[in-house]
Amino acid sequence: MDSTFLTDRTAIAIGAGFYTTGLLYGAWSLLFRRRHSRIGGYALMALGWLVHTYGLFLRGQITNSCPVGNRFEILQFVAWSCTLLYLIVGPAFRTSLFGFFSAGMAVLLGVLSIAVPAWDSAARLRPFGADPWVAVHASIALFGYGVFALLALTSLMYLLQHRNLRRKRLDHAAPLLPSIVDLDQINLRLLAAGVALLTIAIAIAGSNWHGQPGVVAPAKLFATVTVWLCYAFALVQRLRQRCIAERFARIGLLLFLAPLLSLWVVIGPPHATPAATAPQPVPERTP
Amino acid sequence: MSCRPPQLLLLGVSHQTAPLEVRERLALTPAKHTALAAALRADPAVGEFCILATCNRLEVYAVASEPAAGPRLAESFCHIQAIEPAVLAPYAVERQGAAAVAHLFAVAAGLDSQMVGETEILGQVKETYAGACTAGHIGPVLNRVFQKTFQSAKLVRSETAIGAGQVSVATVAVALAERIFGELRRSRVLVIGAGDIAEKTAKALRNREAGAIAFANRTADRATELAREHSGSSLPFEQLGPALGGFDIVVSSTSAPEPLLTLPMVYGAMRARSSRPLFLIDLALPRDIAPAVAELPNVYLYNLDDLARLAEENIAHRRAEIARAHALLDTRATALWSKLALADSNADALRHRLPAREDCATPTAETEVPRPRC
Repeated sequence: MDSTFLTDRTAIAIGAGFYTTGLLYGAWSLLFRRRHSRIGGYALMALGWLVHTYGLFLRGQITNSCPVGNRFEILQFVAWSCTLLYLIVGPAFRTSLFGFFSAGMAVLLGVLSIAVPAWDSAARLRPFGADPWVAVHASIALFGYGVFALLALTSLMYLLQHRNLRRKRLDHAAPLLPSIVDLDQINLRLLAAGVALLTIAIAIAGSNWHGQPGVVAPAKLFATVTVWLCYAFALVQRLRQRCIAERFARIGLLLFLAPLLSLWVVIGPPHATPAATAPQPVPERTP
Repeated sequence: MSCRPPQLLLLGVSHQTAPLEVRERLALTPAKHTALAAALRADPAVGEFCILATCNRLEVYAVASEPAAGPRLAESFCHIQAIEPAVLAPYAVERQGAAAVAHLFAVAAGLDSQMVGETEILGQVKETYAGACTAGHIGPVLNRVFQKTFQSAKLVRSETAIGAGQVSVATVAVALAERIFGELRRSRVLVIGAGDIAEKTAKALRNREAGAIAFANRTADRATELAREHSGSSLPFEQLGPALGGFDIVVSSTSAPEPLLTLPMVYGAMRARSSRPLFLIDLALPRDIAPAVAELPNVYLYNLDDLARLAEENIAHRRAEIARAHALLDTRATALWSKLALADSNADALRHRLPAREDCATPTAETEVPRPRC
């Protein structure tokens, strides 16, 4: 593969193209009531994810860091995490539109990040400075956000299935959605996994920057901890059976606004990290 | 014998063309079936044939070397049935060549069935074909036609929504249960009452490997009997309330004048169920389950009307696919018959095959006659 031709952004765009094809394929199957090949949909997502991974790898090589240094990279990383989780979890569902919904999420995040060039204008070398724990913290936290993105998707699927069952209208997409019980189980597991990842990310941050006031901006700290608190509270309520079924799915969907909004706060002004290397703009985006 | 390409002839009656009393009269007894087969074998122009007899249709497919074999086939049919040709004429379906192939394709795909899109007919066609093969009635033309028929039936099922959705109350209930619980292995089923539809629903749930089935009835003996029939257990009727929380699917069909499952009763059961949903199927008239129960979180309540409407909707969806399925099959039937007619335009092939079939023929009296199945 000619690496001068395949830049990081090109690879990411090609990956998004595969996701879009998966989305269109799912939409075509639904609209025209054609058989939806799970293998075909899965293959499109897997190909997209491989190319997407390569694009993020190129970006990481350029920035000498995990590619989560600006809004473009963050949205791409969340989309990448979400798709990876789908590729792991998706085959567990026998007949489902999980791939279609995951493709929709990946396309949404991908298009959003590519549509605003300004979000990628501040790509910097070593955005997290010399401390590798900052990149570890950021990538784990963002992977957790990817889990929450998938939780929002499965919650949406739950609500669609629930609505169909309650309204006693079985449209042709309904049998392709996983069962209520399966979705409820996967929602609980995703929530627990997301909270665990975010807990680890916050623990890494806390242990590294404890006693160094000013290292982390209060707004970022507040945003991250708020997201963690929201999801942790939802998890506790679910485990105590206080928040179940439809209400739990609604919360799973609505709570995703919290990590989305927090990203804007977290990626605000440039990082001030201990012993940080002076941020430098990326000269070009080819490896 | 002239050098004509072979003719595929179809003569038959079906539920589409004949009312039940006519179909009853024309039903083939084993003796009539044997006689009809013998008559077809005796006709020198008929090289291959297959008699498809089900509850809803009686059709004879024959490959003949001359067009005159068609009227002779009808005569033999009427003679064996002891009816005048004029009696058969208004109800008879007669097709030739590609049209006969297209008809067989449509029959096997379930397009011509009373319950559009059902799959049982494909099994019946396969069984009939296997029986005809064993009896030595099938030659290269019908063999090819039937093989393509089976392929086309599968194709239609995958390319159209002709088999989509469930079309009976019992199967709709099972499909809904699967959409709530996924696999039913871990689901516990309670059947209240002993109504026919409730029993069918219980059977359908059991067929989908539902975990455990319990029966509750005012008459304890009847509950025990049902439990024995369906490999389940019986539940004393008075323990209905306290035990309700332990079940995932409840099918109720009693003649009680008032609801058996009230809002407080189901609310209490839900409190004991943690996050697992409850699927209530009310098949009784008047209703056994208070309608207000449907408002409880995590409860899905369906009554007889709901299930019947969903079954009707699915049937309507299937009917909407008929034209598309026919278009698909007609194209394939025409293509197949063109190939067969071309391949057999050299009639020598047919001429040589006919004696060969006769050589290996077994007496029809010794051949097991397929009995019509519903």
